[in-house]
Amino acid sequence: MPASTRVVVDVMPKPEILDPQGQAIANALPSLGFSSIASVRQGKRFEVEIAGEATEEALEEVRRAAATLLANPVIEDFEIRVEVAQ
Amino acid sequence: MTARIGVITFPGSLDDRDALRAVKLAGGEPVSLWHADADLRGVDAVILPGGFSYGDYLRCGAIARFAPAMASVVDAARGGLPVLGICNGFQVLCESHLLPGALRRNHHLHFRNRDQVLRIESTNTRWTSDYQQGEEILIPLKSGEGAYMADEKTLDALEAEGRVIARYVGENPNGSLRDIAGITNEAGNVVGLMPHPEHATEALTGPSTDGLGFFTSVIRAMVAA
Repeated sequence: MPASTRVVVDVMPKPEILDPQGQAIANALPSLGFSSIASVRQGKRFEVEIAGEATEEALEEVRRAAATLLANPVIEDFEIRVEVAQ
Repeated sequence: MTARIGVITFPGSLDDRDALRAVKLAGGEPVSLWHADADLRGVDAVILPGGFSYGDYLRCGAIARFAPAMASVVDAARGGLPVLGICNGFQVLCESHLLPGALRRNHHLHFRNRDQVLRIESTNTRWTSDYQQGEEILIPLKSGEGAYMADEKTLDALEAEGRVIARYVGENPNGSLRDIAGITNEAGNVVGLMPHPEHATEALTGPSTDGLGFFTSVIRAMVAA
């Protein structure tokens, strides 16, 4: 049994929410020669260590933490995945 | 009788002193409150000041929401206590779900610091009753994440219920949807406003004294009661 398991929480602005930071990055890319990138959305990635295995209970707790604090569900969506050790 | 108006100081609050001063200038008794203290000291109303509480970590207002003082404010606000959130305070009110929607990065990504004309759209709140419907006021705006966002359904409901309390006049300074500068809750006791009325209460330091009305509104109603 692992001592701890890494869970990744990806938080992204909802599709309908304007993302001016992502747009600014997208606008800067062509001048650096990255001409094939059409658009960019900027989000956040959280790496959460949970004690022991990623049981459904533990993941549910991470999900609640994400909905309560890590993401603001009014403007952001989040996804949770267990990172598999190499 | 004098109305006692509390101002909560969070780590990173900037405008708490000006808010306390505005209360005094408006004829109220200012009461300093501390984020870590759940005791609101029996105040008649609470102001959440501008600034960068907890360094704006995670999202503006996201951490402040969990301060012990905020738990008391959320309970008291649901019971009718008048609460005014200015700038960062508005962000805290949205994060606390006392007001709908959220504040996002200005659409042009620049911090916007200027004297801003607003139109008062609703005088039917605890904090705007001293204004005239449609009155234009000039107060400072200083924010980087001042764009009000909500889904279309929420925006339509706010408009239909007269809960947009102030709108930007002229060029929209931050991409706020429907030019919204401030909103209120259903009961009209909780108000969030992005610009700063507390900085426009004295001729010496402000562009006008137009901001006083927010403070006199809540004080006058209490003294009359």
